[in-house]
Amino acid sequence: MTSASPSTLDFASSPINQSLTPERKIELFTQMVRIRRFEQAGLKYYQGGKIGGFLHLYIGQEAVAVGTISLGGADDHFITAYRDHGHALAVGMGMNECMAEMFGKQTGCSKGKGGSMHFFAPDKNFWGGHGIVAGQTPLGLGLAYGLKYLGREGCCLCYLGDGAVNQGVFHESLNLASLFGIPVVYVIENNGYSMGTSQERSSAYSGCLAQRAEAYAIEWDVIDGSDLYEVRAKTHIAMERARKQMKPTVLEIDTYRYYGHSIADANHKKYRTPEEIENYKQNHDPIAVFRRKLIAEGVLTEDRAAAINKTAADEAAASVKFADESPAPTIADIGTDVYWESDHNSPASKIGRHFFND
Amino acid sequence: MSRILTYREALREGLDEELARDPNVVLMGEEVAQYNGAYKVTEGLWKKWGDKRVVDTPISEAGFIGMGIGASMLGVRPVMELMFWSFHSVAFDQLVSNAACVRYMSGGLCNCPIVVRGPANGGTGVGATHSHVPEALFAAFPGLKVCTPATPADAKGLIKAAIRDNDPVYFMENTLLYGNPGEVPDPADGDFVIPLGVADLKREGSDISLIAHGRSVIHALAAAETLQAEHGINADVLDLRSIRPLDLDAILKTVMKTNRVVLVDESKPFGGVSAMVAMLIQEHAFDYLDAPIRRVCSLDAPAIYSQHIEHEQLPNPRRIVEKVLSMS
Repeated sequence: MTSASPSTLDFASSPINQSLTPERKIELFTQMVRIRRFEQAGLKYYQGGKIGGFLHLYIGQEAVAVGTISLGGADDHFITAYRDHGHALAVGMGMNECMAEMFGKQTGCSKGKGGSMHFFAPDKNFWGGHGIVAGQTPLGLGLAYGLKYLGREGCCLCYLGDGAVNQGVFHESLNLASLFGIPVVYVIENNGYSMGTSQERSSAYSGCLAQRAEAYAIEWDVIDGSDLYEVRAKTHIAMERARKQMKPTVLEIDTYRYYGHSIADANHKKYRTPEEIENYKQNHDPIAVFRRKLIAEGVLTEDRAAAINKTAADEAAASVKFADESPAPTIADIGTDVYWESDHNSPASKIGRHFFND
Repeated sequence: MSRILTYREALREGLDEELARDPNVVLMGEEVAQYNGAYKVTEGLWKKWGDKRVVDTPISEAGFIGMGIGASMLGVRPVMELMFWSFHSVAFDQLVSNAACVRYMSGGLCNCPIVVRGPANGGTGVGATHSHVPEALFAAFPGLKVCTPATPADAKGLIKAAIRDNDPVYFMENTLLYGNPGEVPDPADGDFVIPLGVADLKREGSDISLIAHGRSVIHALAAAETLQAEHGINADVLDLRSIRPLDLDAILKTVMKTNRVVLVDESKPFGGVSAMVAMLIQEHAFDYLDAPIRRVCSLDAPAIYSQHIEHEQLPNPRRIVEKVLSMS
């Protein structure tokens, strides 16, 4: 996966990137920094015992979510797996609601019922946050099917990890996407490891993982995930193919996560060498790469970058305070959000017994 | 005025009326369109409604059910046919972790107004893989609703309620009922919808309560006639119709009237629907019971193939009569 050679093509000059204003570029940079600062704060309080369950960090992969989601229009939708913090912030969810969700609080985006793996914001076209590997892949297909059915010109970006490509339901989804002409773009975020098992030890393939799409007559491409410009340029092509031609695409974006599969993954320093991690930090960190580019373009200064970093860190710290001070769900809250009809006190909810508590 | 329709025709009429009522209703599944349905439930609907509204899918249950769940979150209302409910197992993650849980995990932000329907029964000589009856299995997941119509009228009224419900409803039919005729109200007399969660007293008696759902209702009614004619025992027969939501009031009412209960249930005994109903009866009507609650379930083994003995593994009128007589 991660090669040491820089991109030979200059994706900054592609039309979709040429259209970016300096302020928009700084906004994208800021989003990546905010994701990282948010997660670093999350890590600190996970280790401090404030956050339960699993914590799957996105650190190192930020250009994927920010780059792809920056291309979204009013009818473009997004769905991902459990490593969902980056996508959530990139679609515009607030740090407060996300941090509070991880703290298991009533003010969380899912009222403390979903946790780190299950962030949702349908009002921002973000449909989760899904815990089962590849379980979201037919849902993304369905969102795109829904767009087509309802006559909206849009697409669904459905993210999955490189470990998800071997699940049967992903292949079923690819077959249906091609067969029915569904405007879905599958984005394989290839960080090289399906939990602790490297790509070489988990997947059989020729060329790359995305090339499997050929078996389903689906277009595919490979993207360097450390370059936000490349992510945007190539993803834009796939999204236009979906919106205009009702054709799916499989994108494989090479990226890297600094941390383990989750913070509960105690072996992550055993299956990866310190040199491998260090090489990534030095040469492929998407924030560092974009920062250098923006400074070279004269769009960003070191001072402004430092200020952005400071603001993001402060925002993350404030979200921790918000989460910590928020109330926990009550026992009564356990029984809501189970049935739509019950939550809406509809006539149907009053007929027959829906719950069987003692 | 009512007409005589088969269970299959009644279901089809219900589907047709809902396709007409709501442009977001879409039927999908294996062979539902051009082939007219593996069991002909959807016969003629593709010809009438076209490719957009009636969609043939590949044999790909996890894929197309997951697709329907995703589409439902955006406002489409998919009604998905499983050729057999037995095939639920290859789509289980979608049916449970996604359909049942997405509303909860999103704190109520997402909802999933889908119907998954198809036959769920034994008794047709297709062996263990094709004879599962998973109503208790799915009713055990909060977030899901399950119903099991036994008659043509109930099939029509309940499928319409299921499609209009804003939660996932798993609708379990029976291949051995599809050809059964019965009275169904005429559409000219108004929209015929039976709410989920309402049981139906199919026969009125005073000596014992036979509580059943699905095809077991038909067996219970036959057994009740034998009990009356040959043994002078007059049985109440209560059809649950809907497993979740469950009409507990109707269950308790018949138990308090007759004080004796036999539960008839094609589930296997361990954790079947009847296990839950028995629990509820002892919890809420213990003092009204004159005898222990008894059950007639499928015999506790995977479904046997042999046509010579298969019907003896399932509840049948003879087994019900014997169970009732054993209580006196």
